[in-house]
Amino acid sequence: MAVTSPSSTIPRASRRGTSPPAHRGRHRMRRLGLLLVAPALVVLVVFFVVPALRLLWLSVTTPQSGFGNYTAIVTDDVALTIVLRTLGMAVIVTIVCLLCAYPYAYLMTIASSRWRAVLLAVVLVPFWTSLMARTFAWVVLLQDNGVVNSLLRAIGIGQVRLLGTTAGVTLAMAQVMLPFVVLPVYTTMRGIDRRLVDAALSLGARPVTAFLRVYLPLSLPGVAAGATLVMVLSLGFYVTPSLVGSPQQSMLAQFISVQVNQLVNFGGAGALAVALLVLTLVLVGGVQFATRTKGTRATGTSIAGGAAL
Amino acid sequence: MRRSGGLRAVLIAFGILTGAWLVVPTLIVIPISFSGEDSFAFPPRSWSLQHYVTFFTESSWLTSLLVSLQLALIVTAVATVLGTMAAFALAGRKFRGKGAVDGLLMAPLIVPGIVVAVAMYAAFLGWGLIGTPAGFIAAHTVLALPFVTVNVTAALAGFERVLERASASLGAAPWTTFRSVTFPLIRPGVLAGALFAFVTSFDEVVVSLFIQSPTLQTLPVRMFTSVTNEVDPTIAAASTVVLVVSTALLGLATLTRRNRRAA
Repeated sequence: MAVTSPSSTIPRASRRGTSPPAHRGRHRMRRLGLLLVAPALVVLVVFFVVPALRLLWLSVTTPQSGFGNYTAIVTDDVALTIVLRTLGMAVIVTIVCLLCAYPYAYLMTIASSRWRAVLLAVVLVPFWTSLMARTFAWVVLLQDNGVVNSLLRAIGIGQVRLLGTTAGVTLAMAQVMLPFVVLPVYTTMRGIDRRLVDAALSLGARPVTAFLRVYLPLSLPGVAAGATLVMVLSLGFYVTPSLVGSPQQSMLAQFISVQVNQLVNFGGAGALAVALLVLTLVLVGGVQFATRTKGTRATGTSIAGGAAL
Repeated sequence: MRRSGGLRAVLIAFGILTGAWLVVPTLIVIPISFSGEDSFAFPPRSWSLQHYVTFFTESSWLTSLLVSLQLALIVTAVATVLGTMAAFALAGRKFRGKGAVDGLLMAPLIVPGIVVAVAMYAAFLGWGLIGTPAGFIAAHTVLALPFVTVNVTAALAGFERVLERASASLGAAPWTTFRSVTFPLIRPGVLAGALFAFVTSFDEVVVSLFIQSPTLQTLPVRMFTSVTNEVDPTIAAASTVVLVVSTALLGLATLTRRNRRAA
């Protein structure tokens, strides 16, 4: 019991125990704490916050001061097309991920504990493996005489152009994103009380009705969390669309890269980056809000995979 | 009952297909790397180690591998020390502005890679850090810090702070307490954070692409240019090496965390 008693009863005095040692100790600890955080904060402020603010500044000062770079996003045909294409692509990838992740996560909940471990390990493979290695693998798989096309020919569909097309990019991107949906959906499903479905069945509901009216609504927080994460990650995805897709169908991140590297248009790139960042923060804020009450731990770790994309 | 049995079979078939989609594409680079041909043909018609020989002897590949390994080691050391210190100071303490500090420590994870890349590129141009080791170390440390703080904070959450007070009350100085009481107990979390930091630096592409120079390239950047500009099967060997290193380390990190949770 002594351990859980208020801290004031625990002797905190130093060996000498002279003038108010508890106070002095606490003071020293606080200063020590500040000293310990300082190096990390300095690195983050100098190499992350300052560059971000500089970019924001450039977006409203280069080439002229004002919000011209921002209005250009919605008035310039090329920029607008790319922004809309990126949004459309993100929606398609999200839908594909949800359609695959939901049954997969459900399978995890009904599998035996050994198979559940296998299914979980399989989902974690894309998390664990190098993004560059995987993207190169997709380039090889999707090429005209690649494995996917051999398979398609074998089952009689014939040659399909995949590398450099939206279909190919969707296939590769959805594979990268799938774990970000499976994990939160599975976490939510695991918390659903099966007896509620049994109760609906015993009251005469057909299995489909019981699923649609009881199980599905209860699993929606996980679905929302996963879907939003995939949206966020897809919007800023650079590596896979650049290598699997084509420059003619480029997405927002590639467009930003072209603005910087080829056109040296820091203002325009900055405005696009700021817009992407704001969209991301709004969506992430939405996830946090939607999952706050459910306490889905999976969200935090899922976001942890995002920066590398 | 029969209907639910049928549904189960459909679910299992679907699960196998999805599982194959997740795992198989990643593994395909391994056989290609042992191919004896100068193309990406799969399955290879002949086998050899020639792509590995090229990878480990040709200077452009070998240099980028060594650059990546050296940077990753330095970044791991810097990020692990800074992140552990920060997590240690923040865990269990309440003060004004703590939310902002926590948010700042996590921010590099949430901000899209391309935004970080453009921001750093613009700033590093002005500061003369493009294509320098210092620039790479700074950029990768920023990206690796959140992984260290997350892991160490999680380890500290399961750590009884009372033990520190007990140690202090017995006369130990803060450093002695940390070295002989706190650190041994949170070591798995620190180790997991360090492994994540290493892989973050070793695998990072987007920011590295922007802050690289022709004379200083990391391995992922070299791979990226190989996919875009050349048809060089050496990249299959490079991919396999990267795959083995990053998968092994991240697997180890996950196991370390799981053991800690079980303990």
